[in-house]
Amino acid sequence: MKTAEGLKDIIKPENLVYRKSSLITDKPFSYCPGCGHGTTHRIIAEVIEEENLAENTIGVCPVGCSVLMYDFLDLDIQQAAHGRAPAVATAIKRLMPEKFVFTYQGDGDLAAIGTSETIHACNRGENILIVFINNGIYGMTGGQMAPTTLEGMKSSTSPYGRDVKMMGNPLKMTELVAMLPGTCYVTRQSVHTPAAVRKAKKAIKKAVGYQKKGMGTCFIEIVSNCPSGWKMTPVESNKWMEENMFAYYKPGDLKVPAESDADAENKNEQ
Amino acid sequence: MKGNEAIAEAAIRAGADAYFGYPITPQSEILEYLMAANPHERTGMVVLQAESEVAAINMVYGGAGCGKKVMTSSSSPGISLKQEGISYIAGAQLPCLIVNVVRGGPGLGTIQPAQSDYFQAVKGGGHGDYHLIVLAPASVQEMADFVELAFDLAFKYRNPAMILSDGAIGQMMEKVYLKPQKQRSTEVPAWATTGKTKERERNIITSLDLDPYAQEQHLLRLQEKYREIERNEVRFEEIMVDDAEFLLVAYGTSARVCQKTLQLARAEGIKAGLLRPITLYPFPYERIRSLASHMKIIVSVEMSMGQMVEDVKLAVNGQVPVYHFGRMGGVITEPEEVLEYLKTKI
Amino acid sequence: MTEEIIIAGFGGQGVLSMGKIIAYSGLMQDMEVSWMPSYGPEMRGGTANVTVIISSERISSPILRRFDTAIILNQQSLDKFENSVKPGGILIYDGNGITRHPVRKDITIYRIDAAEEASRMKSQKTFNMIVLGGYLKIKPLISIENVVKGLKKSLPERHHKLIPENEAALKRGMEIIRRLN
Ligand SMILES: Cc1ncc(C[n+]2csc(CCOP(=O)(O)OP(=O)(O)O)c2C)c(N)n1
Repeated sequence: MKTAEGLKDIIKPENLVYRKSSLITDKPFSYCPGCGHGTTHRIIAEVIEEENLAENTIGVCPVGCSVLMYDFLDLDIQQAAHGRAPAVATAIKRLMPEKFVFTYQGDGDLAAIGTSETIHACNRGENILIVFINNGIYGMTGGQMAPTTLEGMKSSTSPYGRDVKMMGNPLKMTELVAMLPGTCYVTRQSVHTPAAVRKAKKAIKKAVGYQKKGMGTCFIEIVSNCPSGWKMTPVESNKWMEENMFAYYKPGDLKVPAESDADAENKNEQ
Repeated sequence: MKGNEAIAEAAIRAGADAYFGYPITPQSEILEYLMAANPHERTGMVVLQAESEVAAINMVYGGAGCGKKVMTSSSSPGISLKQEGISYIAGAQLPCLIVNVVRGGPGLGTIQPAQSDYFQAVKGGGHGDYHLIVLAPASVQEMADFVELAFDLAFKYRNPAMILSDGAIGQMMEKVYLKPQKQRSTEVPAWATTGKTKERERNIITSLDLDPYAQEQHLLRLQEKYREIERNEVRFEEIMVDDAEFLLVAYGTSARVCQKTLQLARAEGIKAGLLRPITLYPFPYERIRSLASHMKIIVSVEMSMGQMVEDVKLAVNGQVPVYHFGRMGGVITEPEEVLEYLKTKI
Repeated sequence: MTEEIIIAGFGGQGVLSMGKIIAYSGLMQDMEVSWMPSYGPEMRGGTANVTVIISSERISSPILRRFDTAIILNQQSLDKFENSVKPGGILIYDGNGITRHPVRKDITIYRIDAAEEASRMKSQKTFNMIVLGGYLKIKPLISIENVVKGLKKSLPERHHKLIPENEAALKRGMEIIRRLN
């Protein structure tokens, strides 16, 4: 084991390859080891920091594992009732259109109890970013079935595997909202490898740009793992995610604004 | 068996036709147990995880309107969401069972046990002039027993019934004797929507009457029903009240805590007794009123800021001093604390 | 007869399941039992505790401030519950990771190095059974046969093959527990 002295040698400015965003507080994350929530928090913080947006950002966190997001991000954040974050964000953005407004929601929150709020916010084209963590399960309450739980997948309320005849099909919210004219940018990302993290971060950056231009709702799904809920090690869960989740929830852009749209909006602004 | 599991198993055995719910701590075991127990194969009971509490209570409305024995369960924030639906169910006079395994509020509050939904349960909760029949179990055994009792009362009076429990009794394990499996009923109440036949008028399930005079008549009929429930269904338990000078009034978990307080008090020669309301609506006003005349003081012990104490005061009507004691926010009152408080008032 | 027990330690140490086994074993012996856990999304490394009561009479409060026996498996729990033992009661603790040892003179203190023993026996999962064995040595309220019956009831069928290993751990616990005062 390295001694503290030894560590000091390593942490020299010239050796520094990573620095924690200043928008991440010192509070230890409450997330289980290996969970995608932590990484996603990190890249959101980084983008807001890099875009110099901290003073103009209002986040809305859900009920779910990320209910305490306000403890971890040094931003103004409202904590919404279960499923209602898009409604809360709608009001914030309409009352303060100059602010960057985002919601951060799990699949139970966004795709079950909050389906209606999600669809209608997207359909109205609210100028907000919705970050949707799809881990296929209810993490916070101890691993119950989510609308996104895959067919045959076991959870504490589908102990014999999800039977689609009884429990319905896994819901592709992202495909659904992509169909709505109100959304301008809809993409599915993940944060399980360094390359994926970079891409997801880029997506958030784009969404910030589109929101500035007032182009409509941006919707970023992060397909994630839940090692505790899936009862796997972090490594196993990532592998399982690649093999199973990605097969059903295919990563990639579902809807991107035409370049000309983005430019046109640009010109209008000038 | 855990209290939550006892409710689930008792529901299957009572011959319930359906359960609709949405996960929320500290009652998710009810849905989890039902999903694992395969009631569909055992009795044909339908179990569905709804997309929200709003959806779940409206599923209950639909099922109850067909004359079926249907139920839902949730915990405080989820029960708040269901209130509109509960009001509709009461207005349409549908029988059903709603279980609230209470946690601390307001808001997202805490997932720890509390008794702060008393007002919501017994004074309405949703809009309009109505009552739920409210049962308060104090043991895992009663969690099981009250499922059937609640269904029976609900059908007898065509009125929604609620089991008002809390996270402590939901999560606690105790010994429990379960009744044997009952067949699901094939009887269909005359008012149920089952498809109009030539033999009868059409059945309509509604809470709407735009004509105010007709609506008033409907409400008067509801009031008559509530008076009947108040005459027939008051239930309570008394412990060591005969020679008591100091009366504790407590339900559910607090009543268990107070039983220990009684032991501690009696050991010190303090003559304390306990009245445990089992039905919170209808509330045992009469009994408390008559006991009050023999008491020096009465303390309502609840894990809340003091809600039931208002009903105790109504019952006592100024005869003797009435106090409230209890912890809040998910802190469970300890037996010793109750005694210490009592001593400050003696 | 009433025995009021608190078991406390880290989540994942088998605190709740040890309580469950005591409760089930009590049931097998026709006693009244109650098992009241701390619950919630316990983080890894968070603390967990459970109050278990076994009694020949109807159990009043499942929630208690004072206990006849405290079974303590980490430092935080020791700090929290040492003073909750009734005078004349007993405290059993695992010395692993303990830097501030119990000091009370009016209770009987036992130490059982179960974590160490479990790793020596290459059987980490039976850690809580070693502790339970120690407890039953001091308070033989329930018989080993009934514990095994209780185990059968609380373990899923597929784990029944582990019962002999658990029984061995119980017996080992009985041997290694020692009185400190
Ligand atoms: C009205 C209401 N119903 C239910 C709950 C309980 N609850 C808390 S979090 C949650 C699900 C969270 O799952 P998800 O949105 O997938 O997020 P994750 O925890 O997996 O990140 C539920 C059902 C609640 N807090 N409020």
